[in-house]
Amino acid sequence: MSQGTTKAPPDSGLRIRTEVKAAVAPAADKGEPDITIDAVNLSYGDNHVLHDITMAIDDRRVTAFIGPSGCGKSTLLRCLNRMNDLIDNVRITGKITVKGLDINAATTDVIEVRRRIGMVFQKSNPFPKSIYENVVYGLRIAGINDKATLDEACERSLKGAALWEEVKDRLDESGLGLSGGQMQRLCIARAIAVEPEVILMDEPCSALDPIATLKIEELIYGLKDKYTIVIVTHNLQQAARVSDKTAFFWLGRLVEYSPTADMFTKPGDKLTEDYITGRFG
Amino acid sequence: MNALVKSWRRGDPMVWFTGSALGICILMIVGLVLVILTNGLSFFWPKALTQLTLKDGSVLMGELASSEPIPNPGHPDHLQKQRLLVRVGNRDVYGFDFKWVPEGDIAKQERPRDAYFVERREYGPLLGTPVRVKQGDKILAEGAAAVELALPGLIARAAEDRSAIERIEKHEIGDINYEIERLRLESRALDLAASRGQDVAEKRADVERATAAQKALFQTKTDELAQLTERVAGTWVAFVTADGQEKELRSLDIYRSYAANQLTLLGRLSVYGGRLWAFFIEGPRESNTEGGIFPAIFGTVMMVIIMSIIVVPLGVLAALYLREYAKQGLLVRIVRIAVNNLAGVPSIVFGVFGLGFFVYTVGGTIDALFFPEALPTPTFGTGGILWAALTLALLTVPVVIVSSEEALAAVPRSMREASLAMGATKFQTILRVVLPAAAPGILTGLILAMARGAGEVAPLMLTGVVKLAPELPVDGFFPFFHFDRKFMHLGFHIYDVGFQSPNVEAAKPMVYTTTIFLLLIVVLLNLTAIVVRNRLREKYKTGAF
Ligand SMILES: Nc1ncnc2c1ncn2[C@@H]1O[C@H](COP(=O)(O)OP(=O)(O)OP(=O)(O)O)[C@@H](O)[C@H]1O
Ligand SMILES: [Mg+2]
Repeated sequence: MSQGTTKAPPDSGLRIRTEVKAAVAPAADKGEPDITIDAVNLSYGDNHVLHDITMAIDDRRVTAFIGPSGCGKSTLLRCLNRMNDLIDNVRITGKITVKGLDINAATTDVIEVRRRIGMVFQKSNPFPKSIYENVVYGLRIAGINDKATLDEACERSLKGAALWEEVKDRLDESGLGLSGGQMQRLCIARAIAVEPEVILMDEPCSALDPIATLKIEELIYGLKDKYTIVIVTHNLQQAARVSDKTAFFWLGRLVEYSPTADMFTKPGDKLTEDYITGRFG
Repeated sequence: MNALVKSWRRGDPMVWFTGSALGICILMIVGLVLVILTNGLSFFWPKALTQLTLKDGSVLMGELASSEPIPNPGHPDHLQKQRLLVRVGNRDVYGFDFKWVPEGDIAKQERPRDAYFVERREYGPLLGTPVRVKQGDKILAEGAAAVELALPGLIARAAEDRSAIERIEKHEIGDINYEIERLRLESRALDLAASRGQDVAEKRADVERATAAQKALFQTKTDELAQLTERVAGTWVAFVTADGQEKELRSLDIYRSYAANQLTLLGRLSVYGGRLWAFFIEGPRESNTEGGIFPAIFGTVMMVIIMSIIVVPLGVLAALYLREYAKQGLLVRIVRIAVNNLAGVPSIVFGVFGLGFFVYTVGGTIDALFFPEALPTPTFGTGGILWAALTLALLTVPVVIVSSEEALAAVPRSMREASLAMGATKFQTILRVVLPAAAPGILTGLILAMARGAGEVAPLMLTGVVKLAPELPVDGFFPFFHFDRKFMHLGFHIYDVGFQSPNVEAAKPMVYTTTIFLLLIVVLLNLTAIVVRNRLREKYKTGAF
């Protein structure tokens, strides 16, 4: 994929982003910690799922979460944009800050948090609306209805998600009429349309064929110029290909967190080594 | 043996079993529809007129309606002989419309060429041979052939005259009456104001002047009407019945006539089409046994539409609360069971509730507050289309709630999460994602509700349906929609024509025809909703992978 299509035009509707930024601490430098997770514990009822997670996620880098099924990767990811609020019976302790903002603080507006932290789900979930309306959804709910702004945001985001060429002639058709891979890119376009600071991706390629997967991986590679990306994946090659840092979880604990190159060449922990060499399931 | 066991394991008997169940259902439905269609559609077909000369020398003429074996229990000829049912018409002459004639009594059967079937204002059809046309004492035409030539012109003129009379009666005089009634109420309101000590002298003078003007206008119009009626009522057509009695008929009272035994196929078709059309656009006459059913069609459609406008928001909002906002627990479960059971309450109970609550309580309060000058005549405190529609809305709201809830539940969680993760509030998510996605399912609920509502009669009888409504609920007088008015309804019309009519044999085919129209309306309303639903489905069609 060419870098050209992922770079947004310099003047493109950065309004939202700058507005949001102005309200909080100035952006960290690229590679500096962007999200800090401090002693986070989480339980669903009696089921203690996350144990004392402490880590920092770098600005405008790709961080991969890996680990066996059920180890709490999705749960941690959902903590970052407070999607766990939607589940009854959840108890969270510890502190998570995004660009200095304590997202669980009583004074923090959950809507604001989710607007700044976009999410792409494992199973693509476009709205039953036209492609166009899917992309500009975030802008509309923020109260932006100016046609020119929406058009511009739609084109920019679809180009950003490498989908523009495929759908530019049928923006009025249903978003549910696309192929699986296209739908997933549509969801990415929808997430980046509101210019978030962080994009969370929960196994974004697990339902896709290798070609579509490759497209999304290239996309992620391009997007990290502008966004901090956290990706959950079961595909270790994928983690190795796209991420800068990798975190390995096991039974709700963070076992190892290091630059991807290091983790895959010289894992620091026996468990990690067993996992990435496929010695346990 | 082995093969049988295998077949049983494969489930072959189940296939037969389920298949025959479906077959029986289809057979019953198709049979019912066929009975309705054949009986209802043949009603307008112009049948031949047969003249029967009996062995005792008496003569009668009519349409052969049906025949059946003569019951005579205990005798060897029980059910051996046939008898014919003859529609002889001329109720004013004979006192009956139909007559049974034993087949064995018939000496001669023939089809006289000049026999006419005449539809007229009262007493059902006249069957006979035309003899002359008279204006005052002057004879305009004499003999069957001459009268035959003159008849089409006379009938066309009669139709024009009737509509001229109706224009004056209904519209011009009706408008004046309406105005006089309004002024009466105004003066009553002034009385009430005066009793509270207000000075109303000036206004009262205005009202009295206006009333006097309207009354004068009323007088001129009634005079005009009398003159017109006198002028157009002078033409008479005389017919002779089969047994030789002469009967004179004002040409003004003739609606349609045809020489039944001379009609070509095309002629028959045109009579058929004309009758069908008249049935559709005309109001009923002769205590509903003649004329059309337009007011009933109008009332049914309007009531169903009002009901839909009420029931959809109500049901959807209730379902939204139950599904999206309420904390799922014992209470919600109980509410849900109660809602489901509400659908099983006999509809007459809803009617009683509608009468007690909507009509007497709500309507009575509205009257006391807003229409005190009309009391003791109730305005909203009596049955009316609004109360009927509200009662039916109550009756059908469980259906809408249940299907809306199912539709809401079917909206995938992932779709809601997507919206919430974009920073949408719950309200925005429901409004922009959940409701549009659930819309087809909600419409399914509406379709079911409409089908149920359109066919319901019992509760309407208590809350606003009447046998004959003088006015439609929509007209040219402000505020144009009169939700307080009573209305006619096809379902009730069927009951009334079929079971309350003085002339059962004549009314029977009308029951079927009215049923066809009711079915058609239900189908049409449903089709509309289905088309809308399919549009929505197409628009939001769920995707291919
Ligand atoms: N809504 C929930 N309610 C109760 N328990 C939950 C819920 N969601 C997840 N869990 C539990 O939390 C634990 C971690 O689940 P999570 O979805 O985070 O795992 P995961 O690492 O994402 O697994 P996978 O790789 O299979 O997606 C599991 O034991 C699961 O049973
Ligand atoms: Mg997961």
